Amino acid sequence: MTEPRTEPVRKIRTPIRLDYTMTAGEAQSLFLRQIANGKIFGQRCPECEKVYVPPRGSCPTCGIATRDEVELADQGTVTTFCIVNIPFAGAAVEVPYVCASVLLDGADITLFHLVQEVPVDEVRMGMRVEAVWVPPEERGPTLQSIKHFRPTGEPDAPYDAYKDRM
Amino acid sequence: MQDVAVVSFAQSTSFAPDPLRNEVELLLPVMNEAVERSGIPKKEIGFTVSGSCDYLAGAPFSFVSALDAVGAWPPIIESHVEMDGAWALYEAWVRLQVSDIDSALVYAFGKSSIGDTNEILTLQHDPYYVAPLWPDPVSIAALQARALLESDGYSESDLANIVARSHKSAMSNSSAQRTSETSVEQLLSAPYTVSPLREHDCPPVSDGAAAVVLATGDLARRISERPAWIAGIDHRIDSHSLGARDLTSSPSAALAARNAGANQGPVDVAELHAQFSHEELILRRAIGLDNGTAFNPSGGPLCANPIMATGLIRIGEAASRIMDGSASRAVAHASSGPCLQQNLVCVLEARDG
Repeated sequence: MTEPRTEPVRKIRTPIRLDYTMTAGEAQSLFLRQIANGKIFGQRCPECEKVYVPPRGSCPTCGIATRDEVELADQGTVTTFCIVNIPFAGAAVEVPYVCASVLLDGADITLFHLVQEVPVDEVRMGMRVEAVWVPPEERGPTLQSIKHFRPTGEPDAPYDAYKDRM
Repeated sequence: MQDVAVVSFAQSTSFAPDPLRNEVELLLPVMNEAVERSGIPKKEIGFTVSGSCDYLAGAPFSFVSALDAVGAWPPIIESHVEMDGAWALYEAWVRLQVSDIDSALVYAFGKSSIGDTNEILTLQHDPYYVAPLWPDPVSIAALQARALLESDGYSESDLANIVARSHKSAMSNSSAQRTSETSVEQLLSAPYTVSPLREHDCPPVSDGAAAVVLATGDLARRISERPAWIAGIDHRIDSHSLGARDLTSSPSAALAARNAGANQGPVDVAELHAQFSHEELILRRAIGLDNGTAFNPSGGPLCANPIMATGLIRIGEAASRIMDGSASRAVAHASSGPCLQQNLVCVLEARDG
């Protein structure tokens, strides 16, 4: 018999990994299928008439299903943004770069995407931007079918035009 | 005590995998159906509480996105339990005791098919001694079934009888996933999954959702012809250590049943959250039910098992029997954890006037 070890166990490692096959859902599947075609689709709430993009199948304000499909412009307005200065492993773009909330024309909630082809210190609230798509053969059911947004050169949208849709 | 009743219930049709709809899309029609049936305008419901599980959904705070289905603006009073929806209903019942509100919406949902429940449920065990061994839930249930068969004079035919009855009952339940008219002999000729359990002794993998609306005293009487009054509700838990338990009995179910007053009158219907056939035998004895009771007329979890909603469905099914006049007094049971570790018993009854 060996003497029992008196040294306490302070730590154990129990690796855990679980795999899932997620379901995008009917509404987001519509969005993903259309973005592969170079189109941006949202859904309109039949009650409050807000247009959601990407759609999630229901209106979180009214709690009812959203069925009406709405094709949206690939142009919009920067409502808010941040300049990323900290690089991280696997990042697709070099710092500094701009992540922005883009309110597409006709939508009531913003889409989060990159704003490029402009010096980062020139990006501003109200700036008008348009989508830059990847070539058609590279498009797929992913938001990466849009490479980034870039300024259109139009005059800035007035604050009142987007202040309720931040 | 504030009198609380179930006034409406809705559930999705269980099947899996549901390749199209996500959890919110599964839930939304069910929730709206329950609310519409209750007759209470959605915006007037005083309290909302849900039951779901991030491990099952494979995402943190997954219950938050489900609020998209509720319509949470202007802000609502809302809560969530990382438990079967039956425990969410318990919280709603407690909340209604405060008496400043008179209604509550309870919902639960789960898409078991997106992950492997044999792995996910393993993580219910204690994280130091048991979970690292990855014991799957069927094997753990088979240990309990074996202990029961060897100690109490039950045979595999008793298990098959429960399965045959459940599958047949499920034929009249449009939400059920498994239905059949199969003889005990046919069932016993099937191969074991983990001895002594066969595939039909184990629950199906189900995607689904359920919702219940509760109302207190006068409101319940006004909106429902025959509310299913909650006469008693209680939940108790046994040790998490399987080795410290006698797996052939369920002291926590017995205590919950006693505290809920299950035996203070005849029980017409019992909806038991028995996910494995042998669990029904343990629960009948623990709760004190005899053959005068109709067991799982819905078919029970052996025929549809949307994890996190299965327990709430038991309460909804039992309440439905009261509301449709086919029963006067019913027991609903919900369970959580391995080998019936945690148990909730809810006694429902019809009342005159």
